[in-house]
Amino acid sequence: MAPETSLNNQLYARLKEVIAEKKALRNPLIEILRTAQEIFGYLPIEVQEFIANEMDIPASKIYGVVTFYNFFSMKPRGKYTLNVCTGTACFVKGAPRLIQMISEHLGIGMGETTPDRLFTMSAVRCVGACSLAPVFVIGEDTFGRIENKDKIAEILARYK
Amino acid sequence: MSLKRIDLLICCGSGCISAGSLKIKERFHEVLQEKNLANEINIIETGCMGPCDYGPVMVVYPEGTFYKAVSPEDVEEIVNEHFIKGRPVARLMLQDDEDRTFSTKKEVPFYQKQVKVALANCGYIDPESMDEYIATGGYEALGTVLTTMNQQETIDLVKRSGLRGRGGGGFPTHIKWQMVHDNASDEKYVICNGDEGDPGAFMDRSLLEGDPHRILEGMMIAAYAIGANAGFLYIRAEYPLAIKRIKLAITQAKEAGLMGDNIFGTKFCFDAEVRTGAGAFVCGEETALIHSIEGSRGNPTPKPPYPSSQGLWGKPTIVNNVETFGNVPTIYLKGAEWFASMGTETSKGTKVFALTGDIKNTGLVEVPMGITLRELIFDVGGGMTGGHKFKAVQLGGPSGGCLTAEHLDVPVDYESLKERGAMMGSGGVIVMNDKNCMVNIAKYFMDFCVDESCGKCSPCRIGLKQMLDILERITSGHGKDGDIEELQRLGEAVSKLSLCGLGQSAPNPVLSTIRYFREEYEAHIRDKSCATKVCLDLMHFDIDKEHCIGCSLCARKCPVTCITGNREEKYTIHQLDCVKCGNCQDVCPVKAVSRIPGMHMEVAAKREADNKLTNHYDD
Repeated sequence: MAPETSLNNQLYARLKEVIAEKKALRNPLIEILRTAQEIFGYLPIEVQEFIANEMDIPASKIYGVVTFYNFFSMKPRGKYTLNVCTGTACFVKGAPRLIQMISEHLGIGMGETTPDRLFTMSAVRCVGACSLAPVFVIGEDTFGRIENKDKIAEILARYK
Repeated sequence: MSLKRIDLLICCGSGCISAGSLKIKERFHEVLQEKNLANEINIIETGCMGPCDYGPVMVVYPEGTFYKAVSPEDVEEIVNEHFIKGRPVARLMLQDDEDRTFSTKKEVPFYQKQVKVALANCGYIDPESMDEYIATGGYEALGTVLTTMNQQETIDLVKRSGLRGRGGGGFPTHIKWQMVHDNASDEKYVICNGDEGDPGAFMDRSLLEGDPHRILEGMMIAAYAIGANAGFLYIRAEYPLAIKRIKLAITQAKEAGLMGDNIFGTKFCFDAEVRTGAGAFVCGEETALIHSIEGSRGNPTPKPPYPSSQGLWGKPTIVNNVETFGNVPTIYLKGAEWFASMGTETSKGTKVFALTGDIKNTGLVEVPMGITLRELIFDVGGGMTGGHKFKAVQLGGPSGGCLTAEHLDVPVDYESLKERGAMMGSGGVIVMNDKNCMVNIAKYFMDFCVDESCGKCSPCRIGLKQMLDILERITSGHGKDGDIEELQRLGEAVSKLSLCGLGQSAPNPVLSTIRYFREEYEAHIRDKSCATKVCLDLMHFDIDKEHCIGCSLCARKCPVTCITGNREEKYTIHQLDCVKCGNCQDVCPVKAVSRIPGMHMEVAAKREADNKLTNHYDD
């Protein structure tokens, strides 16, 4: 377990730097949590407690913020988060079917992660690419007008 | 910037990027390099040009040739034919159903009824170049305001223009500004609300991505008017490109001295900071947004106190929408009277809409207030796709309502829409054809609001959930007499009693669909039938024995093996076991499987028997 601990230490050291840097901003909690999630991939209780100590605010407040916003996750996520848009335009143009197709392709349900920890499927409210409906987003890439499983397979094969 | 003979504007809005516009841009660079033309042609990456459905689109100036659906393979032809020989490529131009070709952007029907104010530069300049913004008159308004007008004159000009908040509520902008101006305080704040949460809306995103300096300029004019020195732009985390561009614009403005201390040599100082949202719809509400910037849970608080007296960190604050700020610089440049000459009596100027759904020209449009829904949907939007009939249009997202064919001649302004149970909202327009079930649409919005309710006040937290339960009951075939009335009673109570705009407006989609599509609710409840065959419990699949060729494909693809038969007797679906996956319909080579509205008799009979049994135990 030694390498993992040292890795963890490195991550905590980075988080500490980020906190020191952003502390000057007024009420930077959400920005810090966002970076923390980038560093660790998710926000387990230990990370929340660490931030609470560093920032000298109650851990309960941090927990409150983390659970309020959809963006934050307390569960580990896959390397890529596949966000399916469930906005109105996508809904009208077949988002439920798109979710079903992705779910069948990856063998996971909404909010779940593939066993190889490559993909997590989650739903987002409108990514503002309505003219391409139905869409899903991986990172900063938007994929639109998905009509069949082959297209999904082709896109997902690009992510390794 | 050197002068070149051709300007090639490639749309790099989100729609065109996902359609591949960046690859096309790369290809142009390659081909021009190969042919030694790189110093003759200017390639400019612009924000959204609007007609996302035609993507990727590009315009070639000076003549303004409009190309649509360009692919990397077309690049060489454009360069050879158009750039070298001067013969525009007709096959990449827009053609309508009657084979008319529209060679220039000006001729394209999509743009005909549009008037671009907030979107004036969107799709016309490189959003990452401040020089281009300045070349179109950018920061001139700010300079004029700072050097020639006092604060009250600045507010009065907005008052004369009649500008109202573009985020949805339509609150007169000058009143907000005046209130904060009149509240003496050592610190005041300007907030730009870019938490565009309405599903089906992407106006703010396109503006922030396509013309970020305009928003900053609008914010700074507002800041000067009210006496603020600091501003925040609150932008959704789902819009990474918008965040990147606005941050770049802030850096550029600071370097040029257009932001910071003593702007234009005056005493006015201003600094802006970007804060990103973290995925909570309620944060579009101003008090919730302020709490989120303060680093807390985005729970709304009761008003009063309004943000104009106690806003960010307890200081007087204005919160204006992105599009509102986008209108501000032009109002000062062209005058309040010019702005007020557009629109209707109470709604002045133009409005940006995101047209989506079952229409031909989905995309971003800006039209004068008072245009009719018919013009918006059929002229600008190009009408319905696939020859389907127009059924309804949903305006204003989860807070808005559905209007029908009888409302097509209603002018689009704040009051006319509100009277009819819809609302302007932030500008999402979702057009639906006759394949959509309105009860299901209402359920979709209710599900959204239940999910996004922050849970602070009980009418919204509990009331909306009860409404959702009833809608689920109705769409699953368990609806009963009185459900419609109960939905109306709950809806009105939630509207009246909720703390913030989310709860107050959340029942609108349900109430408006009951108002205009009551017969659909009744058919769901009484006849257990969904005419559009969307609600799975209220429809069934059936195999037409006349057409069935007995190939057994459906039986083999059925996941619950509820289809049996043979070549002679053909195949039958056992309705009680059917899970309505639709595989049989997809695989049938002769299209003998069809969706039939209404619950199948056998299923209805079984449900009745089950009900009797439970009722018996209840006794």
